[in-house]
Amino acid sequence: MRIIEEARITDAVEKLCIEANICIGHDIKEALIKAKTCESLPLARSVLDTLSENAEIAQREKLPVCQDTGMTVVFVSLGTKVHINGNINDAINEGVRRGYKNGYFRNSVVGDPITRKNTGDNTPAVIHYDFAEGDSIKITVMPKGFGSENMSAVKMLSPSDGLSGAESFIIETVLKAGANPCPPIIVGVGIGGTMEKAALLSKQALLRDVGSVNSEPFWAEFEARLLEKINALGIGPAGYGGITTALAAHVLTYPTHIAGLPVAVNIGCHATRHKTKQLTIDN
Amino acid sequence: MPTKITMPFTAEIISCLKVGEEILLSGEIFTARDAAHKRMVEMLDANVMLPFELDGQVVYYAGPCPAPPGKVIGSIGPTTSARMDVYTPRLIKEGLKIMIGKGERSPAVISAIREYKGLYLAAVSGAGALLSLCVKRAELIAFEDLGTEAVYKLEVHNMPLVVAVDSRGNNIYGLRG
Repeated sequence: MRIIEEARITDAVEKLCIEANICIGHDIKEALIKAKTCESLPLARSVLDTLSENAEIAQREKLPVCQDTGMTVVFVSLGTKVHINGNINDAINEGVRRGYKNGYFRNSVVGDPITRKNTGDNTPAVIHYDFAEGDSIKITVMPKGFGSENMSAVKMLSPSDGLSGAESFIIETVLKAGANPCPPIIVGVGIGGTMEKAALLSKQALLRDVGSVNSEPFWAEFEARLLEKINALGIGPAGYGGITTALAAHVLTYPTHIAGLPVAVNIGCHATRHKTKQLTIDN
Repeated sequence: MPTKITMPFTAEIISCLKVGEEILLSGEIFTARDAAHKRMVEMLDANVMLPFELDGQVVYYAGPCPAPPGKVIGSIGPTTSARMDVYTPRLIKEGLKIMIGKGERSPAVISAIREYKGLYLAAVSGAGALLSLCVKRAELIAFEDLGTEAVYKLEVHNMPLVVAVDSRGNNIYGLRG
């Protein structure tokens, strides 16, 4: 059994919160530059330039790329040979608390969805755990803004709706989202499982590198077709029109029930922020 | 090149600006988002004076990050305007002229903009760091208890914006095919 102190988890989460909010991924930076070469509308090009410049400014000035520093979603993959000294939930929330304070980030979480009093430190995080073989812990911090989160949707389709039914629902969701989720967006899709499993898959799909290809040819082809159709909607960068509505469409699937076809669409904004760190006994 | 505009907005400037036009705005604006809108409308309903004169003003739908040491303000991009739609026609009737935000507006808002000759300007969504550099001064005006949702008076310089709905009611988000 390997022992990891809770303080290390807190430190890691604090750093990941700061890094994720300030530095957007290289994959996205490159995709924004590439998208500009494909756009002919001056306003679309201008928005893509602004977003690239914003990413540079954020990094240089140590400012979050967006004022909506999100509700903090944390994915934890726990090695089965690891023992944590302390309370992992508390350790993660303390990391969020410190990260948002020391990063000068906005506290965007209210304690009750109806009475809506701000918790004042961006906690609690939304934490998803799973287990893996081995003696390390992998932590991914994803600050999720609600401009895009609000435009996400789940639908329980019927098996007879098939792939074309899923496709229609995804396209409708993106069309309805319009300019609100800060396009160009990343479209995360979860198909199968149960209602909450599909929703979780759609969020995990946002973590995949932009530009990466699905390992299953059937889904790779579907993703390519989806992206083409989404970009034909004409929403464009910032919703001012253009051919870059999305930078990527990623699909994750899971077995499901004989009677069901759950489909979830989680929309990520142009920055779709996330950072990962692996904690082992040695580092 | 974008047109440089220094406030106040005159009726002539407003009527000249057309949908899709890029501008660089300088002058004084006020932040207000969900909670501040709710409170302002409640105050108007109760005949209580607002913390700032709405007449002819510019409201920016934004909730900034706190200012790091040595900076005027933290990141401050626009939030989704649609959530303010329920309050906006009322505020326009009370004199609000110009709104800055992101995303589509409701038909009721667009028709109020047309009727009262206002403007809806869009700031690039997600460019909060860049937009923070346009803010030269920030002062808390009201509703301190709302935290990031409080009303701030901002002095902005060359803030990059796009005319999203012009005073004739033409709508940038309705143009795409």
